[in-house]
Amino acid sequence: MVTLLAPLDRKLLRDLWRIKGQALAIAAVIALGVLMLVMMTGLVNTLEETRRAYYDRYRLADVFAPVERAPDRVLERLAEIPGVAVAVGRVTGSALIDLEGEIVPVRAQAVSLPDHGPARLNDIHLTAGRMPDPDRGDEILLLKGFADARGLAPGDRLQATMNGARHGFRVAGLAQSPEFLYTTAPGEIVPDDARFAVIWMGRDALSAAYDMQGAFNEALVGLERGVNLQSVLDAIDRVLEPRGGLGAYGLEDLPSNFFITEEIEGGRKNAIAVPPIFLGVSAFLLYIVISRIVQAEREEIGLLKAFGYTDWEVASHYLKLMLTIAIAGAIAGSLGGIAAGRAMAGVYQDYYKFPFLVFQLDPRSFVIGVMTSVLAACAGGFGVLRGVFRLAPAVAMRPPAPADYSGTGRLAGLWSRLLDQPGRMVLRRLQRQPMRMAGGALGIATGMALSVGMIGVQAGFSKSIDLGFSVLDRSDAQVSFTHPQSDKAIYELGRLPGVQEVEPVRNVPVLLRHGLNDHRGTINGMLSAPRLARAMDEAQRPLTLPEEGIVLSTTLARVLEAAPGDVVTAEVREGRRPVLDIPVVAVADSLLGSPAYMNMEALNAALKEPGRVSGAYLRIDSAVQDEVLVAIKDMPGVAGVALKAETRDSIQTMMDSGMGMMRYIMLAIAGVVTFGIVYNSARIAFAERVHDLASLRVIGFSRGEAAFVLLGELGLVTLAALPLGALLGYGMAAAVSAAFSTEVYSIPLTFDAQSVGSAALAVLASAAFSGWLVKRDLDRVDLVTALKMGE
Amino acid sequence: MTGQDDPMSLPTFRTEGLTKVYGAGEAAVHALRGVDLVVPRGELVVLLGPSGSGKSTLLNILGGLDRASGGTARFRDRELTGMGDGALTRYRRDHVGFVFQFYNLMPSLTAEENVELVTEIARAPMDPAEALRLVGLGERRHHFPAQLSGGEQQRVAIARAVAKQPDVLFCDEPTGALDSATGRAVLKVLADVNASLGTTILMVTHAAATAAMAHRVIHFADGAIRDVQVNETRLAPEEIVW
Repeated sequence: MVTLLAPLDRKLLRDLWRIKGQALAIAAVIALGVLMLVMMTGLVNTLEETRRAYYDRYRLADVFAPVERAPDRVLERLAEIPGVAVAVGRVTGSALIDLEGEIVPVRAQAVSLPDHGPARLNDIHLTAGRMPDPDRGDEILLLKGFADARGLAPGDRLQATMNGARHGFRVAGLAQSPEFLYTTAPGEIVPDDARFAVIWMGRDALSAAYDMQGAFNEALVGLERGVNLQSVLDAIDRVLEPRGGLGAYGLEDLPSNFFITEEIEGGRKNAIAVPPIFLGVSAFLLYIVISRIVQAEREEIGLLKAFGYTDWEVASHYLKLMLTIAIAGAIAGSLGGIAAGRAMAGVYQDYYKFPFLVFQLDPRSFVIGVMTSVLAACAGGFGVLRGVFRLAPAVAMRPPAPADYSGTGRLAGLWSRLLDQPGRMVLRRLQRQPMRMAGGALGIATGMALSVGMIGVQAGFSKSIDLGFSVLDRSDAQVSFTHPQSDKAIYELGRLPGVQEVEPVRNVPVLLRHGLNDHRGTINGMLSAPRLARAMDEAQRPLTLPEEGIVLSTTLARVLEAAPGDVVTAEVREGRRPVLDIPVVAVADSLLGSPAYMNMEALNAALKEPGRVSGAYLRIDSAVQDEVLVAIKDMPGVAGVALKAETRDSIQTMMDSGMGMMRYIMLAIAGVVTFGIVYNSARIAFAERVHDLASLRVIGFSRGEAAFVLLGELGLVTLAALPLGALLGYGMAAAVSAAFSTEVYSIPLTFDAQSVGSAALAVLASAAFSGWLVKRDLDRVDLVTALKMGE
Repeated sequence: MTGQDDPMSLPTFRTEGLTKVYGAGEAAVHALRGVDLVVPRGELVVLLGPSGSGKSTLLNILGGLDRASGGTARFRDRELTGMGDGALTRYRRDHVGFVFQFYNLMPSLTAEENVELVTEIARAPMDPAEALRLVGLGERRHHFPAQLSGGEQQRVAIARAVAKQPDVLFCDEPTGALDSATGRAVLKVLADVNASLGTTILMVTHAAATAAMAHRVIHFADGAIRDVQVNETRLAPEEIVW
């Protein structure tokens, strides 16, 4: 005879077995809340740690210092700057690659490899083929992401134009580099593997192509630990100034690093904001369910007390029951979260092109997940237990006293005319236990709110793209020039057959400063009332760009903490590099990137470069689009053409493959949680009413009639939950869309009839399915047993 | 030391002016209206009376399940009416056993485990198996309540109540849910417990015929004692017909 377990513990195990369906449903909901937390924090930690390790292992430079042309000996002076550990020079240049079947050449950056041995900074990771032979000037390495996107492999040949001359190259190998996790063509806001290439080749050959023998045009600098970055940047700028220094910048301003940082930061923000919402909803459900389970055990509690068990002994018995469910759920969620985090990290490893993965979990997420579950379970259980303990055992053992109905006497007449007996049972119960019903409705409402928020975010992503590509930008293509040109180029573009509209633009790279905040970006100089690429205010009215002042996008205004009336400083990063103080005149609604707009003439005037353009927006007759592109390609000074449709596709891809992908997973989990909450509510109602319902059956009610009493209640509670869910959903949508917004794209708060309607439908469908499941159980109740129970 | 001071020679219960009021104001229900009662040690006492006459309320107060509104109730030399929650719990744990009309077995525990539920926390319990043998269920101790008949379930409840060797056994309608033959078997178990263990038994019942087996019969009406009858001769449970 096994007597290892005390009888109460055996009761516990069998009780758990008896309510296994319910216990599983509760544990599953809390598990999903914990899973989300563990997965998101694990994923973000892993990405961050992997990036750090990748940068370290391949010695990514801390400072990048582009310069017009500096002799190699200048490197010695850079190395002498206090805080500089290592300084190397390299040659880089822009190139255009001709690909078969492509009308528009693909823009590329050519980067020199050291002649001997591995690079001291910015090393590369060879993934296929071999390093180029230093003695063969026509061998190159190609960025793996681009090669994959274009179906190129070692051994293939390609043609590239460098510094105006065409060269034939042979691909010796493919490589990855921490410097080019993301590649963005100059002037574009969105990274796209297929539309920008990186070519590595021997220093000699590249120096010959760009006329850089014995010189470099970019210095890479590695810093000692704990050095003040700004003072080193200033020192480097002073050294390179006479050589045409273009402004040294730190790793944080490297475009690839900026994107990956925004992605990881977005993920971190998401991990901080969203999983707690899920966990909170789960915990709230746990609280409600546990309190109702304990409430249903009232008589057994009274009985145990009648035997002489102390309050503490009874409480600890139920505590074990609650904690078993809560902790089992939390552990399942943790394990699931580890597995899911690992799987997601694998997906992101491919997407971010990390050559390896450093999987790292956040132990705090386990602690928070388990503690939240335990606290919610305890709060739910003890709240009820305290009430039961206050009662004398004799009272506890009786069913709770019926509520006073004298106040409802007047309604009774109306009821008797409108409602049959089962209908009255439903209504009376709602009236008798309004708090319990309100708790049930609130539980379902939070589940629905979760779905409203997650569905709203899906719509927000679409809205963000629509605003950027249909409302603000009405062009078909964007042409960019290698250097600012005279506005004659615009007339030439306009003269091309098939070009319906041309709009000049002057984009100037700047460092914007306001107070302690700065942002490296571009000022877009546009016509005062542009038609193709526009800026709009928050009410989506086109903004007219005044003769003076700068218009900041909402994201940029937030980053700089600047508002209309403030003056921002723009350090121009090209030409004579003036520093301009410009008043902020308006804030524009832009969801993609963080642009700043100025009147083009005013901008050119400030730069003392009148009549200069750096590119143009075009509207093209789609029937002759290819001919137009061929013609543009042959125009001198054209750096590239970006078709809006392609840009739109690439940002869609970015939103769907990067951190934005999480929204689909979260939507799925939100759906499951919502269903879990509705199902749990139905199960509890069933457990509480099974005796009444059996009695109804005994006195001759049909199965359907008895079920109506239960399902009618579920239906009413669900209906009550819908408006509440919509209300809570608004807050949820605001929190979630803020969590998904980054500096690269913002997700507007989207709370529309469609999101609410879809979530309401999901709740109703969950309720119908749960009702069906519970009805099935009700049909199986053994009436004889139910009768024998007496009460 | 006089006999009066020895707790063992005192009556098991003595109440004076015991009252119990549920609710307040107009809705107040006076369940007990001043009950004076003496229950000598080792007796089997039957409380008779219509529904709502106060017998169950008295049982609950003497059993430490409920509190009186006024008056005093003593268990031997101890005042029950002034006890706090903790003291009442200890009182129930150490001295009292309960048998209810609807058995109140834990459905998730076997017969023996239901008994162990009490022996686990009792000071000087019997062996659970022995308690079940006492009620004639030694063979069925591994059955769950759902596998037992009503009479068997009630006998398990009695075994559970006596297993702690309580000083007092409170039975609230122990045969209320049983047919007469089964009911007699249950009464016989109670009489045996009273005779062999010397346990004082207070039994509330509707079945007036049951009174014939008691030492003392207390008639209740409207929250007060109407009459106390002491039986000179008692019938054996087998002889009772109702």
